[in-house]
Amino acid sequence: MIQSLQAMLALDFMRNAFVAGGCIAFAAGLVGYFVVLRNQVFTTDALGHVAFTGSLGGLLAGLNLLVGVFGSCIAVALAIGTLGGRGRGRDVAIGTVFAWVLGVGVLFLSLYTTSLSAASGNVGVSVLFGTILSLQPTQVVVASLAGAATVVATLAVARPLLFMSLDPDVALARGVPTRLLTAVFMVLVAVTVAEAVQAVGALLIFALMVTPAAVAQNVSSRPWLGMALSALIALAVVWTGLVLAFYISYPASFFMTTLAFVLYLASRFILKLRATRPSQEASGSS
Amino acid sequence: MINLSWDFLADLQLLLQFHFMQNAYIAGTLVAILAGAAGYFVVLRGQSFAAHMLSQVGFPGAAAGVLLHVSPVFGLIVFCVAAALGIGYLGRGLDAGHRAESAAVGSILAFSLGLGLLFFRLYAGSAQGIYGFLFGTILGISERDVQVTLAVAVVSLLALAFIGRPLVFASVDPDVAEARGVAVRTLSIAFLVILAFSVAITVQIVGTLLIFALLVTPGAAALQLTARPVRGLALSVALSIAFTWVGLAFAYFSNYPVGFFITTLAFGTYVAIRGAKSMTAVMA
Repeated sequence: MIQSLQAMLALDFMRNAFVAGGCIAFAAGLVGYFVVLRNQVFTTDALGHVAFTGSLGGLLAGLNLLVGVFGSCIAVALAIGTLGGRGRGRDVAIGTVFAWVLGVGVLFLSLYTTSLSAASGNVGVSVLFGTILSLQPTQVVVASLAGAATVVATLAVARPLLFMSLDPDVALARGVPTRLLTAVFMVLVAVTVAEAVQAVGALLIFALMVTPAAVAQNVSSRPWLGMALSALIALAVVWTGLVLAFYISYPASFFMTTLAFVLYLASRFILKLRATRPSQEASGSS
Repeated sequence: MINLSWDFLADLQLLLQFHFMQNAYIAGTLVAILAGAAGYFVVLRGQSFAAHMLSQVGFPGAAAGVLLHVSPVFGLIVFCVAAALGIGYLGRGLDAGHRAESAAVGSILAFSLGLGLLFFRLYAGSAQGIYGFLFGTILGISERDVQVTLAVAVVSLLALAFIGRPLVFASVDPDVAEARGVAVRTLSIAFLVILAFSVAITVQIVGTLLIFALLVTPGAAALQLTARPVRGLALSVALSIAFTWVGLAFAYFSNYPVGFFITTLAFGTYVAIRGAKSMTAVMA
């Protein structure tokens, strides 16, 4: 067991994946907690679409993939924050816009793959479904630093953010700068999505940003405990997914999404068990 | 790149000279009719999110169809109908606006896309195969797919025509409809199953991720223009057909992906209609 772990960690790409994936997961779990708390799940979905188009646009423009991902995600997140991208009545408009964004991404993809060698044909699949096992050294450094910075920044604003998310009106009345805080939060979400795209891919970011947080909120209603749980669950999902992918050569993102989903089902089950025994819940949750 | 002349008939001949384009146009037209009609009700009932969800659950279905050497459209139909029954069973709780449910939906979507990726890897399929199901293609539609599409479209359209009138009633005012003895819940599940069939065949043309362009945007544009059901339905179908025909032609002559053209047409039309409406509102 120890020996095979050593063999696994002797490999450069596995070490990179563990370090970068760990930082990404921790940040995603932490930021995701607020995403679910603030009911902005579909903002992350939209940003994932933008990340796809942005990264391919960045490549096409001859820039680094990372420049495209981070730039496009932050710009769109700020736009959503200012326009107030929530609201159910507008889901048709939002859906139409983001279907178009993906359509443009497909165009970029075909322009990029026809303009370069055939070897670039898998770029799109990597962006959509993640490339954690083949990260470039710069990607590892950027992902780790960005992940750490996101965690620090989120913890720094966690208290007022929590207040604002739970009761926006009272928070505003107490002098919390809600507009500024919303903008800061949207930037944090954007950076996290841009990172998570590299780990699990644009289509599967829910598995790191939403599911762990949902599990944590099903298990505990205490905010700080929930945040810690969410981050740790995301970390566990990524690392376990990596180990499984190392031994069973199926895509790492498949294992991560499946693990996250199983944990979610388990947490729903726990929730149900508690609901059927209300007396225990009343004494246990105080 | 193929050079176009100004002779419309000659261009049309050029467009339809290959068998795969004929198939794409036949299937595309059938898809557009059904998607336009079902899409009108999707928007009327505020179920665009269900359409989104069904199409993503369809992705592993398509991949499973490829893996098991049956036509991907069969896999799509099985997965989409199963998901529709699941949504119907869970009932109204599956509302994108609700925190716990949107997290549930997000988890299911990520899982189903991950599963689709696994199936594709198991098949050792090329990247091109995945792109086809995600973003649509004009190349992959076989004779058999056209036949399945025809059967699905005819049956679904008949079913939709059969329940159309009470469905409009139940969509516009569910409480009154229920009070008048309309079986609202049965209707809702029946519509979800029709929607599942529509999604399954629409994925063939525009792919899992771009389904909104044919299944939601035409209906939304039609509802912007008219409140009358019959006129709105006709308009929605007409727009859907127009997007598909023009998109397929552009894709054929330019060699760029069909999904890009169809979504751009849909987006442009929607923006133009919204813009024109707010202009007239300002003028009035």
